[in-house]
This record gives sequence, C-alpha cells and structure tokens, in this order.
Amino acid sequence: MPTHKESSSHSRWREFLRGCLDEAPILLGTMPFGLIYGVLARNAGLPAGLAQAMSAIVFAGSAQFIAAQLIGQATAGVVVVATIFVVNLRHALYSASLAPYLKHLSPGWKALLAYLLTDEAYAVAIVRYQRDAEAGHAPPFQHWYTLGAAFTLWSSWQVATAVGVFVGGSVPASWGLDFTLALTFIALVFTAARGRPMWIAALTAGVIAVLAHGLPFNLGLLLAAAGGILSGMLTEAQAGVKPRPTRTET
Amino acid sequence: MDWLPVLILGGLLTFATRLSFIALLGRFEAPEIITRALRFVPPAVLSAIIFPELLLRDGAWVTPWANPRLLAGIIAGLVAWRTRNVLLTIAVGLAAFWALGWAGM
Repeated sequence: MPTHKESSSHSRWREFLRGCLDEAPILLGTMPFGLIYGVLARNAGLPAGLAQAMSAIVFAGSAQFIAAQLIGQATAGVVVVATIFVVNLRHALYSASLAPYLKHLSPGWKALLAYLLTDEAYAVAIVRYQRDAEAGHAPPFQHWYTLGAAFTLWSSWQVATAVGVFVGGSVPASWGLDFTLALTFIALVFTAARGRPMWIAALTAGVIAVLAHGLPFNLGLLLAAAGGILSGMLTEAQAGVKPRPTRTET
Repeated sequence: MDWLPVLILGGLLTFATRLSFIALLGRFEAPEIITRALRFVPPAVLSAIIFPELLLRDGAWVTPWANPRLLAGIIAGLVAWRTRNVLLTIAVGLAAFWALGWAGM
C-alpha cells in the first residue's frame, strides 16, 4: 500500500463524506422501517431499553422484527437465537462478495465493517467497488467510503428505532401493528426473489413452514428454510443454467 | 426472563456471519455451492415467516375467506408485485387489514 501521509487525512474524509451522501437516499426507506420496529417491539411487551439495545447488538431490521415478536410470545431463548441466526444468514453472501475488496485491511477494520454490514450498506458499497474495479483502479481509501455509507445507516437506524421505542408505548395493540411484520416481509420477498428458482424456493419454504408449524423449538422455520433453499437449487440445476453470482466478479 | 444474553448471543452469531468470508479470505475461498445456496436464503426465510403469519392464528388454521390477514396480505402482495415499494406495500396492507376489520371480518 502506498502511503501518502500529507494529503491522506483529507482524502479519507472526502471518501467518508461521499459514502454518507450515497447512502442518504436509502434512509427514506429504512427510517420508517426502524420507527415501525420500535413501535412493534414496545407493543410486543419489550422493555424500552431492551428494544433499543437490540438495534445496537443485532443491528438487522428483519431479524429484529421477528425476534421482538418471539420475545413477546415468551419463546424459548434458544429459538430466538436460532431464528436471528437463520434470518441473518444472508449476510454471509455479502461477506463473500465484499471479501476480495477488503482483503488488505487490518483485522480491526474488517471487524468494524463486518459489524456495520447490512443489506443497505452492502448495496451501496458493492456498486462503488465494482465501478472502481471496472475502471481498473483501486483508490487507497475506498474503505472510508464504505464506512461512511455503513455508519450513516447505523446512526439513522439507532435514531429511528429510538423514536419508535419512545412513542411505541402509547400505540394501542388494537391497531394490529404486529401485522406490519408480515406486510414488511411480503414487500421484501418481492425484491429478494428474482427468477423462477427463487420463487419455487419461496413457495416451498412457505408451504413447509405451515405444515411444520407444530414442531417444537421453531424447527419448522429452519426446516422450511432448508427445504426452500434445496428446492431452489434443484430447480436451477434442472434448468441447466448455472447463473454465476454476478456480484462477486472482479 | 432476562433477554439481554439472548440478544447478545444472537448479535454475536450475526457478527460472525457478517465477518465470516471477510476474515477467511486469503486462506479459504468461498465454495461455489455455498454462495449459490446462500442466494436462496432471503426468499426462503421470508416466506417461511409470511405463510404462517397469514394462514395461522395461535397455531390453528383460519378459514381463508374469514381471515382478514390473508386477504390483506394478498392485497399487499399485489401492491408489492406491481410497485416493489416497501412503504406503500405496508401502508396499503395495513389499510386493507383495518378496513376488513371494520367491515366486521
């Protein structure tokens, strides 16, 4: 790595700010989502402190939604942990995709960016890395850009969920806000599922989840996820096309 | 029950997932079969949560035509399909759910 000590703090800061700015439009979608999480968590009976702590500890929208609901239903702790894990498993994909670009960073940087890695930060960061890679250069402070994008999302998420937690106690349960969990996931599944194999995975998982809902320890969810993934991969293999993961190309 | 340890454990596992390939790369390449499988996680997990939410209530099957969550969920699905707009999907779905409840469903 070349070191340009003099101008480097300036360019670090510039990269950071660019990351913040590129992340900003996405906040329009995530901040209301964070607000709803706060309200939902309070409605499910979580103490305010715990509901807010989850935003810093888990820091993942979908997982926080479902965990808050499970805690509200006094589900066993093991089940809550397993569910958070499975719902967040998709982050391994982002990790694999970003890994080549973060290879040269120190362990501390890797840990920091991993903690902040979410769907929305990934979406902004990967576009930048791929654009630079296509142009055939790798500016030395790209990771400051990623930090700017990820930190913007992190801080806005903390604020939005705090507002939701704060007003949440005064929203009556009769509003049925727990239904927003299903509604949010319906919206997300339409952005996540692209192509026939993915829809087959979704349908298979949904049917298995309903059939297996009686199983103890929320095994139904894990079984459904496994069945869905398997059916999607089989469909893809049968179609004979193996679409390469487009995002990991350098 | 004290839920904080549960959240910390869930958070640590999430962190480990996010760090996994970032930390391992250089020593270990992501096998293609794993990255292919991971692509199916979001649609599979999301609908594994959606289906029981819409079809069951407290673990019991609800008659579809007397089930406001299912009907509102289908309306929300149509909105999501046409617009891919998360906020609009939530808003229309919640409005439909309230309207159906109001109409005595």
